[in-house]
Amino acid sequence: MTEHTTPDPAGPEVTTAKAPGGGSNAVAEPGEAGVAEALSLGRASSFSLDVELRSVGQGLRDYVNKVRGGEPGALPSVLGLIVLGVIFSQVSSQFLSKSNIGNLPGQGAYIAIIALGLVFVLLLGEIDLSAGTAGGLCAAFAAQAIASGGLRGGIPGSSSLFYILVAVMVLALALGLWMKNYIGMALIVMGLVIVLFKLDQHVFAALLFTIGLGAAIGVITGFLVAKVGIPSFIVTLAMFIAWQGVILFALNNQPISIGNFKLWYKLGHENMSVLWSWVFGAVVGGGYLLFTLYRSFRAQQRKLAADSYGLVLVRGGIVLAASLVITYFANQNRNSNPNFEIKGIPWAASVPIALMILCTLVLTKTTWGRHLFATGGNSEAARRAGIDVVHVKVSAFIACSSFGALGGLFLTTSQNSASLDLGSSNVLLFSVAAAVIGGTSLFGGRGKARDAIMGALVIVIIPNGILLRPNLPAAYQQVITGGVLLLAAAVDALSRRRSRAT
Amino acid sequence: MAEPILSIKGLNKSFGPVHVLHDVDFNVYPGEVTALVGDNGAGKSTLVKCIAGINGIDSGTITWEGREVSISDPRAAAALGIEFVYQDLALADNLDITQNMFLGREIHRFGLLADGEMERKAREVLASLAVRTVSSVRQVVANLSGGQRQTVAIAKAVLWNSRVVFLDEPTAALGVAQTRQVLDLVRRLADQGLGVVLISHNMNDVMEVSDRVAVLYLGRLAAEVFAKDSSTTQIVELMTAGRSGSLGLAPQTAAESI
Repeated sequence: MTEHTTPDPAGPEVTTAKAPGGGSNAVAEPGEAGVAEALSLGRASSFSLDVELRSVGQGLRDYVNKVRGGEPGALPSVLGLIVLGVIFSQVSSQFLSKSNIGNLPGQGAYIAIIALGLVFVLLLGEIDLSAGTAGGLCAAFAAQAIASGGLRGGIPGSSSLFYILVAVMVLALALGLWMKNYIGMALIVMGLVIVLFKLDQHVFAALLFTIGLGAAIGVITGFLVAKVGIPSFIVTLAMFIAWQGVILFALNNQPISIGNFKLWYKLGHENMSVLWSWVFGAVVGGGYLLFTLYRSFRAQQRKLAADSYGLVLVRGGIVLAASLVITYFANQNRNSNPNFEIKGIPWAASVPIALMILCTLVLTKTTWGRHLFATGGNSEAARRAGIDVVHVKVSAFIACSSFGALGGLFLTTSQNSASLDLGSSNVLLFSVAAAVIGGTSLFGGRGKARDAIMGALVIVIIPNGILLRPNLPAAYQQVITGGVLLLAAAVDALSRRRSRAT
Repeated sequence: MAEPILSIKGLNKSFGPVHVLHDVDFNVYPGEVTALVGDNGAGKSTLVKCIAGINGIDSGTITWEGREVSISDPRAAAALGIEFVYQDLALADNLDITQNMFLGREIHRFGLLADGEMERKAREVLASLAVRTVSSVRQVVANLSGGQRQTVAIAKAVLWNSRVVFLDEPTAALGVAQTRQVLDLVRRLADQGLGVVLISHNMNDVMEVSDRVAVLYLGRLAAEVFAKDSSTTQIVELMTAGRSGSLGLAPQTAAESI
């Protein structure tokens, strides 16, 4: 009746599998032909795919299969960039000029950074509509602080606003303590110290303060979404509207020019020195190459699935070469005015790229990142696995608002002033569009930090290209941006259907 | 006969005025598959939730390896070495097999995730269960079949040196071949010395793979029988009427409604 008497075909396998300490028993499995056959049957034996050393050809084939199987990755945004680039180079000969391309980062950094923050929230399947205006609000307070010599001295036009600001930050601190979100708390404490000790009259401290204020806003948003249970769309929509009014209070209805706040102004307008540009380009490209080489080495050592050195070198070589070529062009003078030179990688490019690398590491190499993906994919599974889902959600909103604050700083410098509508209108929607065009799913669980940068490039190229042709009505700008977004969303939906079908 | 590793004695549980479990005795033996069967509403889920620490118990004792324990929350059950695989499996579709198996208990090196180490251990566990249906532990769970998902969920449960595994309807949504694979896996778990509890409606599965069958009838334990000494008919009678010949509840108890 039971299986005790019948010979178990898997019986001997149990003992052999244990003896060599895993791994090695799988090496004895059939080679390529066996794998292909097993795959077509839907069952390969003993992880035959895992011991395979991926060669260059195999890597390419895998990539093609992935794209065909419904995971286009960065492909749509890259193709979009190429198509738009070709079109705009026909529209204006200026488009591919060094000075124009050098302007792109300054015009788009804020979209990239806000989108980076949004990726965290989008991965959860939530949304933060207030990231743009929250960033604008933070930047407005910073501008006011520098202009009026510290917020503690009183915000012009309102006697109580300073106390309300401090009270809100203390409230956020208390909520953070209750929800045990220590990183958020640290950022808020930093902001409070800066504002209470009147350090915010200095530009650098004021910029740091914005991040603390952003974290405080994030704690409150996260609390309302994750703990109280209001849909994030509603919470952040309400905040999106409310912050626009608070910006007016913070600025006392007067735009503040930031042209004199050197450090802040430089963020959007200055470049790294030629030497540092080379260092940056080499570290980014070389770091990728070395990191993937090390990973492949470790995996091969332990007989795990690995990319062969050939594949790693080809891939890493392309990345390194690309980053060096870009650095080389960035280090050429791009000013048409012969009196002074403009060269080097713009800070508005290196900051988002550095943040992207940081976010990628956090998302793929830390427990928090893993739990974020799990919560976005199946929050019930995450909860049962012992993950504190509320904590994950709140911290994602903190990250989003803090990045929003940083994005607000870049937005301000791209406009040269803290204007009254800072961060409203299309800022947030462009950032969401950037993340989606890059390949982040609005349904949660799927996305990369890289998506934000690629998508932001696509988004910023459109107005840039259209404005180069003065007789082309600016109205095209919105129509084309809308079309591109729709196209990207369609690619996402179609690939999703495809991956479900396979 | 070996001592039970997990032993429930005289367990009572009420939800308000509804007395769901009456003096239930239930034992899990190491190296054996114990099937827990019963009609809908017999109290299977409630019993499992009591053991999982999701529901509190009103009276009765839970003995683990000979000493009395109280299981106040799911973590206490996990700490003892009791794992549960629920029907909806609780896997994150967007993560791969390794990531799912280690979800919530990731291994670290220098504060960062040690993916290689986790991959190695995941393969070791799957290999020790002689799982042949998974081609790569780096596959995303969304791409797996129902049987493969069940396999991953079970492997996840045994990854942490658990001693007793509860499987809730593991074959409910599976085709013939996949049911076969999962039942083989269930048998192998027991052969490795784990106590396995199989909750199922499918009499064929129960008779094929289990050593003992505990039948619940309207919140009471009707009988605990050896699978090889009994027939499907007998067990179905126990399930539906509470008694079968000399087995089961006394007639007046069986007739009593809750």
